[in-house]
Amino acid sequence: MNFDDTPQEAAFRREARAWLDANAPREYEADLRTSPFGSVRLGGRDVIAASKAWQKKKADAGWACLHWPKDYGGRGATPIERVIWAQEEGIFSKLSQAFIIGHGMCGPTLMPYATEEQKRRYLPPMASGQEIWCQLFSEPAAGSDLAGLRTRAERDGDDWVINGQKIWTSYAQYSDYAILVTRTDPNVAKHKGLTMFFLSMKSPGVEVRPIKQINGDSSFNEVYFTDVRVPDSQRLGKVGDGWNVSLTTLMNERLSIGAGMPTGFQELFDFCVGAQTPDGPAIDDKAVRSKLAQFAVRASGLKYTGYRAISALSRGQTPGPENSIGKLVAGSTMQEIAAFALDLQGPSGMLAGKDQLSQDTQFQAMLMRSAATRIEGGTDEVLRNIIAERVLGLPADMRVDKDVPFNKIPTRGR
Amino acid sequence: MNFEFSDEQLALRDQARRFLTDKSPPKAVRAILDGKDRFDRALWKGLADLGFMGVAIPEEFGGLGAGHLELCVIAEELGRALAPVPFSSSIYLAAEALMLAGSDAQKRKYLPKLASGEMIGTLAFSEGAGNPSPKNIRVAASGGRLAGEKNPVADGDVADLIIVAARTGNAGGEGDISLFLVDAKAEGVTRAAVETLDPTRAHAKISFANAPAEALGATGQGWRILQDVLDRAAVLTAFEQVGGADRALEMARDYALDRMAFGRPIGSFQAIKHMLADMYVAATLARSNSYYGAWALSTGAAELPKAAATARVSATQAFQLCAKNNIQTHGGMGFTWEFDCHLYYRRANQLALSLGSQSHWEDKLIERMRASNAA
Repeated sequence: MNFDDTPQEAAFRREARAWLDANAPREYEADLRTSPFGSVRLGGRDVIAASKAWQKKKADAGWACLHWPKDYGGRGATPIERVIWAQEEGIFSKLSQAFIIGHGMCGPTLMPYATEEQKRRYLPPMASGQEIWCQLFSEPAAGSDLAGLRTRAERDGDDWVINGQKIWTSYAQYSDYAILVTRTDPNVAKHKGLTMFFLSMKSPGVEVRPIKQINGDSSFNEVYFTDVRVPDSQRLGKVGDGWNVSLTTLMNERLSIGAGMPTGFQELFDFCVGAQTPDGPAIDDKAVRSKLAQFAVRASGLKYTGYRAISALSRGQTPGPENSIGKLVAGSTMQEIAAFALDLQGPSGMLAGKDQLSQDTQFQAMLMRSAATRIEGGTDEVLRNIIAERVLGLPADMRVDKDVPFNKIPTRGR
Repeated sequence: MNFEFSDEQLALRDQARRFLTDKSPPKAVRAILDGKDRFDRALWKGLADLGFMGVAIPEEFGGLGAGHLELCVIAEELGRALAPVPFSSSIYLAAEALMLAGSDAQKRKYLPKLASGEMIGTLAFSEGAGNPSPKNIRVAASGGRLAGEKNPVADGDVADLIIVAARTGNAGGEGDISLFLVDAKAEGVTRAAVETLDPTRAHAKISFANAPAEALGATGQGWRILQDVLDRAAVLTAFEQVGGADRALEMARDYALDRMAFGRPIGSFQAIKHMLADMYVAATLARSNSYYGAWALSTGAAELPKAAATARVSATQAFQLCAKNNIQTHGGMGFTWEFDCHLYYRRANQLALSLGSQSHWEDKLIERMRASNAA
């Protein structure tokens, strides 16, 4: 066992580091480090413009979407090289947030389902950040039960006409294009009547309304469709095969490895070393130590579980199912850590934003943002189901709506 | 990065699993639980024949000289099979203490016999209530003789060689403590088996009445050596705990698939699925943390104390969680003597105390993180 790079990995790391040393946007570094947890603030400068500029610079030098083929704007890199790049890019990866959905989900969905011409047209500007993509999946009545979505697509000549509403769409307000899953046949069972498309977010009839979230930001949106026309040539996969196509997207979401979900543990540890109580530093308190140790082994366990996955990649193997625990552990751990850190501050823990006692800590922001981590991209409950079913082999949930035509499924609880 | 056991080490793990599945099934564990024997002598002999006791002991002292990663994969299987043998006392504690602090002559005298299983060793550090500390060690050494009592001592009634942490000074600090080697059959040594939560791992009370003793390591260095030994044993024990946790989770999973209620397998209820998913999460975190411990142990890394405490806290928690929820999944049958759930519950809770309790290791972990942060 060792944590060392192979000679090839070390060479790649040196190359990445040298390029970053010469090209990283240092002018944003301080602001990126002090941005509230979960947000990016550049002292009034335009975050999207800065993100696009950095992404373009990376793409021009072959450091965008590393694992994509070169023809589509990538580098044709190995999975382990992608991990090494992420480690080296470090804080500057915060400028990639607007592209995560496109690069992680939309691109991988276009790869197997779009035509060659479409891939050559859309993937390179997606990789270079010049066109931002979002993913129109969740709806007000279809979250964890995604296949219960109701946005309709009806055939009209060479076009499809879309009506309905999506929600929780990250970065829709900045997006140029989107992938969209719709219901094309309500008369068959819910998984069977879905069809996937991609479309321009500038299409007539698309309306984006940002959602004000509990942390004050608006990264999520509602998107409304009123008679939006999408040509059939922008269909991804067969009519009625949208569920399988969307699974391709969702599998990619769960394949992002090595980035390491933050838990806030190091911040809590540093805070406990510095925080003074009437009896001395908080870290000298036996009860505080016990809590810290419990958090420490979760943060450390996540780190080394990630290392195990990286080792598998380094050997050219596929990481095992242990990776499915990452978000489940990180989300709830951060929420507990934030609440504990505030508890140690007494009544002053309520002070937030410009009035919080120390501007160095992020616990108030973590408390608010971590509530979303436990929901987005698969709730804690869905993730536990996935572990139970796919890793432990327990039976799938009994589904009362499985073989019922979609338009016969009850829509109200009482 | 290579944060995984090698193919050879994984093959050794498979070999150990096959052997222990055959030779240490629940029936063999129950023979110790319900019978008069204090450990499974046939199993002990079998492990010795495979050379397992000596994998981390250098060849010049009668071992195989493979290394600690090999010992880790064997430990995982011993834990998984609840092997009722004095392996941990003899190897993780006594042999490690000798390798760390023994003179050349002491190593030559004892290590080959420990490696061959001909001799059983143990380490006596606990006395009365509370976690080990320089203050609560009262067994006193004077003129090459020991006086006082240790309790509980793992395998104390079956060991041939007892390493004893004893008081050689009264300055009120760590320098008061030294280690000694005692022949269990020597005059002045009285041993009595004690009842514990897990009778499949023997423990005893040992009284020393001016028993002859030989120094192990320098006078006043005993506490420091003891900490090093306990750290090494914590990593190895963490692998036993990870093995036990995995097996308890499998038992719960298998039962949840078979047991029907309300017309469906109970494993189809989310209340059960989510409980088992949480067991899987704890076991996975513990395994990864134990790999960190194994890396530190096998490379002699300076951060071994931190890694050992991390592995220990995580693995203790995982085994306790998996063992208790295994009973919960089995319902009332899990509370019967007849079902095997209690074997894992007993072992999980006894191991959680054996090297010092969970709160004690939590405290050590944070102290060590603080030290490495400041460094």
